[in-house]
Amino acid sequence: MTKTFKASELTVGQELPPLDLKTTATLVAGGAMASRDYTPVHHDRDAAVAQGLPDMFMNILTTQGLCSRYVTDWAGIDAIVTRVRTKLGGPNMPGDVLKLRGKVVARADRSVDVEVSGNNAWGNHVTATFTLTLPA
Amino acid sequence: MNENEKKAFEAQLKSFIGRPIGPAMTGRDPVNEPMIRQWCDAMGETNPAHLDAAKAKGTVHGEIKAPPTMLQAWVMEGWAMHEGYDEPKNEQHRLHKFLADHGYTGVLGTNTEENYTRYLRLGEKVTAETVIAEISDEKATGRGIGYFITTRTKFWNEQGEELGSMSFRVLRYKPPAEAAAAAGGSQGKDAKGAAVAAKPTRIKPPMGQDNGWWWEKVAKENVLPIQRCADCGKLRHPPRPMCDACGSQKFDSIAASGRGKVHTFTVIHYPQFPGYDYPIVSIIVDLEEGERMASTLVECKPEAVQIGMPVELLIHQDEDGFKIPFFRPAKRG
Repeated sequence: MTKTFKASELTVGQELPPLDLKTTATLVAGGAMASRDYTPVHHDRDAAVAQGLPDMFMNILTTQGLCSRYVTDWAGIDAIVTRVRTKLGGPNMPGDVLKLRGKVVARADRSVDVEVSGNNAWGNHVTATFTLTLPA
Repeated sequence: MNENEKKAFEAQLKSFIGRPIGPAMTGRDPVNEPMIRQWCDAMGETNPAHLDAAKAKGTVHGEIKAPPTMLQAWVMEGWAMHEGYDEPKNEQHRLHKFLADHGYTGVLGTNTEENYTRYLRLGEKVTAETVIAEISDEKATGRGIGYFITTRTKFWNEQGEELGSMSFRVLRYKPPAEAAAAAGGSQGKDAKGAAVAAKPTRIKPPMGQDNGWWWEKVAKENVLPIQRCADCGKLRHPPRPMCDACGSQKFDSIAASGRGKVHTFTVIHYPQFPGYDYPIVSIIVDLEEGERMASTLVECKPEAVQIGMPVELLIHQDEDGFKIPFFRPAKRG
């Protein structure tokens, strides 16, 4: 990981490098298991199809985990996530490319808010605002 | 429901506000490295703060800490969740069943907010208690009429020290077909066996007698066709039935060189339709041949677009195979 940004080194509007994540059944199921979320629609395609969806879909914790590492990979090892607010949109399923984009939307003394959007072919999957505490 | 029934229903509904969904729940395992590593594998997380004690030591974290967004994972029920439930097991289930029994069968997570007081240390035991915090008045939403339910969860460790909090909002709604059935309509049963949703794609242009040939040529020949009057030779775009110079309805076409310049542009951020990548740089191109056309500029940041900039053609293909002429900044030299 790179060195951690200081809040003073960042400007509102600054963008994070984009990250396109290929979603696989393994990622969806693996993320669900890692978060101990055994709700069938997150690992069992048949269960999701029975609910009218084309395939099993990613659980919220996995989405948040992916967004979180996207933000902290950029911010650096000494960044601390203190808050995440997410607005949930459409599903993310095997075969989808989840396009993560981020930008700095607010800055204070030692903290910044980074807004991450995750879009796929269905539209917006998630918009998450991370509040980070950064080194002085 | 008549007015009195509705009042009774809403009174019973709102009586859930403030109830804990059940007893506080303690995670089966304390915060531990194997579960952290499994999480990091799945998330592609390589941050040494979560994985490497030696490296974590020299950082603000000081030791291995759990990834912040794992907070809820420490108290998740795990395996038992796959069995679902026929009989409600807690107040949250009872609330959802109560609404489902009254026709609010749809459920959709809409928002979350998590606050992390600090990152969790190895060995900590996490306990959580969830309360039904808010139930909205009945709202009309894009999904149908329904109620927003907000639950709030507090997390603490075995010393009673606060670790964080979470709020989670779901919409419980009446799918429109069922709403119609409840109101005496006939299509209610159609909601059963709902068709599998299709992945949205680009909205296709209308292709009629006057312009269908143009799209076919794009798809089959990978060219940008420009319509040409077969009598006087004048070019015209977009395709239309009659030459505005000589009135002839005979035409053929040429393949454009693909070179042009941006005449003007606009950047579309909103509204965002599924099936498109945003922001879209929408351009009017002056083609080398003299015609002007609307297209999309790709491989170019919105802030880099300039009027007059040279662009070149590419035939873009969507995932569903649909082809459309786009432009990108011309390569120099």
